[in-house]
Amino acid sequence: MSSRIRTELVEINMGPQHPSTHGVLRLEVSLDGEVIVDLKPDVGYLHRGIEKLAEMRTYVQFIPITDRLDYLSSMLQNAAYVGAIEKLGQIEVPERAEYIRVIMMELNRIASHLIFYGAMGLDLGATTPFLYGMREREDILDLFEMTCGARLTYNYFRPGGVAADLPAGFYQKAKSYIKKQRERLAEYDDLLTNNQIFIARMRGVGVISAEEAINYSMSGPTLRGSGVAYDVRKADPYSVYDKLDWDVATRPEGDSLARYLVRMQEIRESLRIVEQALDIMPPGKLQYKTPLRLKLPEGEVYHHIESSRGDLGVYLVSDGSDKPYRLKWRAPSFINLGALSRLAKGWKIADLVAILGSFDIVLGEVDR
Amino acid sequence: MSETTESTVRKAFPEAVLDASEIDGVLNLKLAANFLLDVCRLLYSHDDLSFDYLADITAIDWRDRIEVVYRLTNLATNAKVVLRVDLDRNDPQVESVSSVWKGAEWQEREVYDLMGVRFIGHPDLRRILLPEDWEGHPLRKDYVIPD
Amino acid sequence: MEIEKPFDYIERIPGGAIITTTVDKVLEWGRECSLWYFHFGLACCAIEVLMAAGAARFDLDRFGMMFRATPRQSDLMIVAGTVTKKMAPRVKRLYDQMADPKYVIATGSCANAGGPFADSYAVLKGVDLIIPVDVYVPGCPPRPEALIYGVQKLKEKMRSQVAKKHNLSEEENKANV
Repeated sequence: MSSRIRTELVEINMGPQHPSTHGVLRLEVSLDGEVIVDLKPDVGYLHRGIEKLAEMRTYVQFIPITDRLDYLSSMLQNAAYVGAIEKLGQIEVPERAEYIRVIMMELNRIASHLIFYGAMGLDLGATTPFLYGMREREDILDLFEMTCGARLTYNYFRPGGVAADLPAGFYQKAKSYIKKQRERLAEYDDLLTNNQIFIARMRGVGVISAEEAINYSMSGPTLRGSGVAYDVRKADPYSVYDKLDWDVATRPEGDSLARYLVRMQEIRESLRIVEQALDIMPPGKLQYKTPLRLKLPEGEVYHHIESSRGDLGVYLVSDGSDKPYRLKWRAPSFINLGALSRLAKGWKIADLVAILGSFDIVLGEVDR
Repeated sequence: MSETTESTVRKAFPEAVLDASEIDGVLNLKLAANFLLDVCRLLYSHDDLSFDYLADITAIDWRDRIEVVYRLTNLATNAKVVLRVDLDRNDPQVESVSSVWKGAEWQEREVYDLMGVRFIGHPDLRRILLPEDWEGHPLRKDYVIPD
Repeated sequence: MEIEKPFDYIERIPGGAIITTTVDKVLEWGRECSLWYFHFGLACCAIEVLMAAGAARFDLDRFGMMFRATPRQSDLMIVAGTVTKKMAPRVKRLYDQMADPKYVIATGSCANAGGPFADSYAVLKGVDLIIPVDVYVPGCPPRPEALIYGVQKLKEKMRSQVAKKHNLSEEENKANV
């Protein structure tokens, strides 16, 4: 058809300000008609230089900055950083604090996946799931606010424990939230998961095989959507995850719908974890005494956890002083995004939005 | 598993391994920079080792040298190994491993952007986080923040 | 600060009422009750200030505020998040693309003055270095109620600008609005 009409590639620019790019992401897209021929992500519009900032702050001063990297899962970011400090400094954490940490981390994971659910609907044009997801998320934020006073950036973890105990009424409120969330998940499925248009736009779109996903160093629900059951909570257990009964969510198909379903299943698994942890949590201390101007011995450590976006790693090199010598933040969203151009080639612009949404990236983490 | 990894690498490339140690239970191999790509190919394709997951590429500025650290995992057996190469601080260059693991492309671009290490053979080595016209490599210890 | 009501004088006559006012006041009343804001979320503040404030519990739509994706259709730009040096020229460009009269609210410490990243090499110390800001909402991140209070303050400012207009000369008037 194009033999008699001379056609050219169209270069368009998506972002950095765009309602569907989940933040300040710029995509240079080359199109042949409506089909994507080439895609070059341009990141760095939120690069705040936190790895250099870490060298100018003491260990405890840096904890609030970790909140602001992947701002949708601040508790998990805190956990990775504080875990690295504890590993290097051989600092013990009381058992009650470990259970509180697990509850907070899993509630944060649910909150992050609820935003994913809402944003996924919003990207594809459905505005109602966004309001439903945010409504439940407000309940989780209430739980966080009664514990540590903040709604988004908590600064709750400390080397050796947590900052404050669970207040009175937390147990009942959390239990009633879990019950409500389980009922509402059926609503979410009715609205989006079983919606024919949604399935048609997501099934078979942006397929990546397990071997290729591993080769691109992908992790998290994006990798588990291709059938690879790699979850750091099971592979290198930390905190008290090995004392609780839960399963890793995977799906074999490798398309955007699979990545979406993995996250919805993870919400259910996280609810199980929180329920168990609330019941078997022992009484006790919250934090063993650690100095504010903490000095770590010379050496290095790599600590990684399963964040809501994937394998989050903190590489800490210490020279014996009270500030890090080098801090590397292995951000899962940054590495997952590297595979976008491979996944999006051959699809249309509308599919690109679905694929990018199913990756669930956060630009604060991509750019650091 | 650590013994098999180290002995396999030493058998295949006797001059490659300059030092071997264990940190946190993980084998750390210090390699000569010109053997890096060969060792990576071996670790990836060897049947027993098959380190298929490149978790992290970082660089540390030790003031007299720049050290690049590669973290590899075998997802099936959860075996881990860490490779380290020392580079000359005035002209740090090493071969790119993006032909072995595609996930290395963006990570090497970041190391180039922030530390100034050139990766030979990288398909698209340019700045990724800072603007293209930025001068200097901020994570170096002698970087002066411009006004 | 005393705020004048937009309606100066209501005269009741059989069958209805006559309201006398000025065109400026009616236009301003229309403008403040339908501020369409430009969805300019950069970082964490975007989640609290734009997404949470626009969603179920702290509905911004009840104030007549709708989010628009393009600067051409909006009259309020809410800068939420850190402005980096790479992003700064784009912020200026998008601000220039908005049509007059336009307003800017800077939310969060990063947009106000650089925030916790102020001593970083890549961060602009406040968005008011490149565009004029009308209202600063402090916080890290500010609560959605704080944003709503900031919007109320902006409305007060818009009303006070109209009130001042009648006592000013032509050139001073243009400079204000």
